[in-house]
Amino acid sequence: MRRAPWLLALALAGAALAAAPSLWQRLEADGIHDPRNPGLALLQQPAEALAPLPRDSAGNLVDWVRAIESGAIQPRSQLRPETEVRVRDDALIIARYGSMPAVRFPHRAHTLWLDCSNCHDRLFKAQAGANRFSMTAILNGEQCGVCHGAVAFPLTECNRCHSVPNASLPRGAAVPVPAAVAASGAASAAGARR
Amino acid sequence: MRATAVLRLMLLAAALGAVSPQPAAEYGDVVLDRHSTKAGVRPVVFPHWFHRIRFRCKVCHQELGFEMRAGANNVLMSDVIDGKFCGMCHNERIAWGPDRCDLCHSAKPGTPPGVVGGAQTSGPGRW
Repeated sequence: MRRAPWLLALALAGAALAAAPSLWQRLEADGIHDPRNPGLALLQQPAEALAPLPRDSAGNLVDWVRAIESGAIQPRSQLRPETEVRVRDDALIIARYGSMPAVRFPHRAHTLWLDCSNCHDRLFKAQAGANRFSMTAILNGEQCGVCHGAVAFPLTECNRCHSVPNASLPRGAAVPVPAAVAASGAASAAGARR
Repeated sequence: MRATAVLRLMLLAAALGAVSPQPAAEYGDVVLDRHSTKAGVRPVVFPHWFHRIRFRCKVCHQELGFEMRAGANNVLMSDVIDGKFCGMCHNERIAWGPDRCDLCHSAKPGTPPGVVGGAQTSGPGRW
């Protein structure tokens, strides 16, 4: 009887551990690493690296842009001193006035990670309004789908891109997007309209 | 009596934990096997999550010249040893050197190449 509190505490701890498995699979159990590889013990486990970072609900369960912006991680921008590091702060609104809200494309979140040449001009022309976007192509790994769905947040997160209500946008000839829409840190805004 | 109940509770909790959904490989993990299996070593696992904590995408995909398409990069060990591609960092100065075979060539033998770990499209992915 006197052991009961101990047992209860042990049971609760066990239950907590068992009922809340780590959010990140261990390498030796992830289905791709060879558990017999002696080198595996030297590799960092995802949970150790990712648990302290700003949380997300998809992908690696890490909000990678917030991780950079908050200083939680400080990944290097270059290896060679002569490389020009380019970050662009504006945002584009891509509106088709269809059934989905318009897309807000923040250059900053993308150029914090990528260089201009990663998208321009092979994936996208460097001119607002000059690109034809297709969800079919994106879902097949083209255009935005080169990264989104593979390493950047997955394509199940529709509303993160389709985030601007069509009703909030002016219609008609190409006009600058209202600052309120393109805001959240954007230094300037340009409307990409089709 | 109480201990039995506690034991049952523990077993139930363990069972719940075992059936709760578990992710497989980490999102953005890439298995590379253009040359490895043919050369008699394990395929390579490249974990994007590990590298992007330390380097922005642009470092590898712009400075080092890695194409942003799994399978599009023809990386030979001789390149890595010569300081190209992975060898720009995996040189014993920034990261472990190319003699630490097991640390990169770490996939189960026979693992098919490609983006794994919950990629929901295929080119990288297909639905």
